[in-house]
Amino acid sequence: MTDRAPSSLVELTLTRIRLFFREPSAVFWTFGFPLLLSVALGVAFRNRPPQPVVAAIAAGPGAEEALRAVVAAGQKGAVLPVAAARAALRTGKTDVVVLPGSPRTYEYDPTREDSRLARLVVDDLLQRAEGRRDPTAVAEVTVTEPGSRYVDFLIPGLLGVNIMSAGMWGIGYVIVETRQKKLLKRLVATPMRRSEYLLSFVILRLLFVFLEIPVLLGFGWLAFSVPVHGSLALLVAISLVGALCFAGMGLLVACRAQNVQTVGGLINLVMMPMFLLSGVFFSASHFPDLLQPFIRVLPLTALNDALRLVMNEGLGLAAVGPRLLLLAGLAIVTFAAALRWFRWS
Amino acid sequence: MSELAIRCRGLVKAYDDVVAVDGLDLEVRRGECFGLLGPNGAGKTTTLEVLEGLLAPTRGEVEVLGRRWADGAAWLRQRLGITLQETRLSDKQTVREAVSLFRSFYPRGRDVDEVIGLVSLEEKRDAWYEKLSGGQKQRLAVACALVGDPELLFLDEPTTGLDPQSRRQLWEVVAAMKAEGRTVVLTTHYMDEAERLCDRVAVVDHGKVIALGTPRELIERVVGHEVVEFQAAAALDEARLAALPGVRAVHRRNGAFALTVDRVHRTVPALLGELDGAGARLDRLSTHSATLEDVFVALTGRRLRD
Repeated sequence: MTDRAPSSLVELTLTRIRLFFREPSAVFWTFGFPLLLSVALGVAFRNRPPQPVVAAIAAGPGAEEALRAVVAAGQKGAVLPVAAARAALRTGKTDVVVLPGSPRTYEYDPTREDSRLARLVVDDLLQRAEGRRDPTAVAEVTVTEPGSRYVDFLIPGLLGVNIMSAGMWGIGYVIVETRQKKLLKRLVATPMRRSEYLLSFVILRLLFVFLEIPVLLGFGWLAFSVPVHGSLALLVAISLVGALCFAGMGLLVACRAQNVQTVGGLINLVMMPMFLLSGVFFSASHFPDLLQPFIRVLPLTALNDALRLVMNEGLGLAAVGPRLLLLAGLAIVTFAAALRWFRWS
Repeated sequence: MSELAIRCRGLVKAYDDVVAVDGLDLEVRRGECFGLLGPNGAGKTTTLEVLEGLLAPTRGEVEVLGRRWADGAAWLRQRLGITLQETRLSDKQTVREAVSLFRSFYPRGRDVDEVIGLVSLEEKRDAWYEKLSGGQKQRLAVACALVGDPELLFLDEPTTGLDPQSRRQLWEVVAAMKAEGRTVVLTTHYMDEAERLCDRVAVVDHGKVIALGTPRELIERVVGHEVVEFQAAAALDEARLAALPGVRAVHRRNGAFALTVDRVHRTVPALLGELDGAGARLDRLSTHSATLEDVFVALTGRRLRD
């Protein structure tokens, strides 16, 4: 007989932590998968040195001189019979066809970015080779620095997705699994405080933000030198509010579902639109204006935007305030609704 | 303090399409081991879940340890230990972690290691739940029920699906609980289990108690001491069989007869004489001591496991 009463909130939270780390798939999806994704996408979309344009020069008088000028300017070219040169343009093997003569004719496809660029570059270098002088001297400064690359855009988006899916699966799925096993019913037959049970999930999510941020941002910094321009503390605060919001949504999808298939479907139903629309892999501004008001109120949009404003643009609380308020408001609404409808059996 | 651990009157639990419990009365005394017997679907589990405060009754009065669920829930939860029929704990939690977690819910309770010892799981203390056998899982469930030091234990089919050795191990645990003065209420459809463990049993069918008493009382009152079963290839007159010396009742099952009798040695010679007289050929004859199974058959005309 003991009267020592260990804190049930501590025991519940420890249980949650242990069960998480003993489930390899949970660890992989929370930590491993975002890292793999950032490696794959970071490498696929890494900034490459500027590519030379490719010109096909039609055989005839002046063709060899033109080719020499193209190669001397660091671009690529070849002298081909006219028919072969046009075929190369049609199949995308060359960006522009040059027909030397007077007038010199460029054949190109104006709807192709590369093709338009090649026409301008080749004309410019040939004119210079022929002795053109520019009326105004120009100078150039090139900017290729960390903070403006694709991977810099991607990492905050992955952090946002991570916070969303960890909340939805880690709370929604786990609670329904517990209900399906009748373990929830067994627990409420004890004097356990129901609020402490739910709170243990929320605490877990908040604690894990302090793992998810270092893992993702640390990796981004080590592998791609992705910088954090703004305040790290603000970044953590945004992540915590985001975690609370998605904890509320996780509770909400779990509050009635009787089996894991149902809750799995619900979670995908909630997450899929945000996954696509909320600017994880590319900016949400690419979507039509009609969709924008809807996209702006999605919690993942608010979270990703806020994370990017701080990480990429170095802005402060004033800039992210409205988005934080949206997340906090949604957290309150979802928690209230979930607690109202929650079924313990 | 009330002498009764449970008092339940006119309990009704109705769902949209079915009445699971239909006016059930029950009194369980403090310190006794009480069994609810009956086939699947008789309403045993529903009754238990109402008593455990997990289901609200449609009608009827329920008092547990002298309190009602409406105003005594928090008080009652600290004093009850429960195993449910189909609970599965977390697969990757060790025995000790599970018991510690349940211990943390109770302001007063027993030592975690002591309880693990009580159910003989010391060697599995650090094993994950998913690695345990069915019997070990069930004993762990009992340990989780015991760690709050309950006055009243509810065990819902504690040995269903277990092998004979695991059943005996659980019986020892229940006997030990009883010896400590705790009240135990269990459901079972194993008659041997009820005869062995229970001070009193209630036979439940279609949501009602149809017989109540100690196992011996029920057997003697309803059935008699012994049962003579035989099969004969001839039409026999039930009234003439019933009139044989010492016969209490005659049942027909699948073409065979079962006579419940007070004394086999008086009835059997008379039965053989009767069969001779009728020119019937005796195919099979056996006798056994009456059990609760026979009580159930006598009361309902059905077998428990049907």
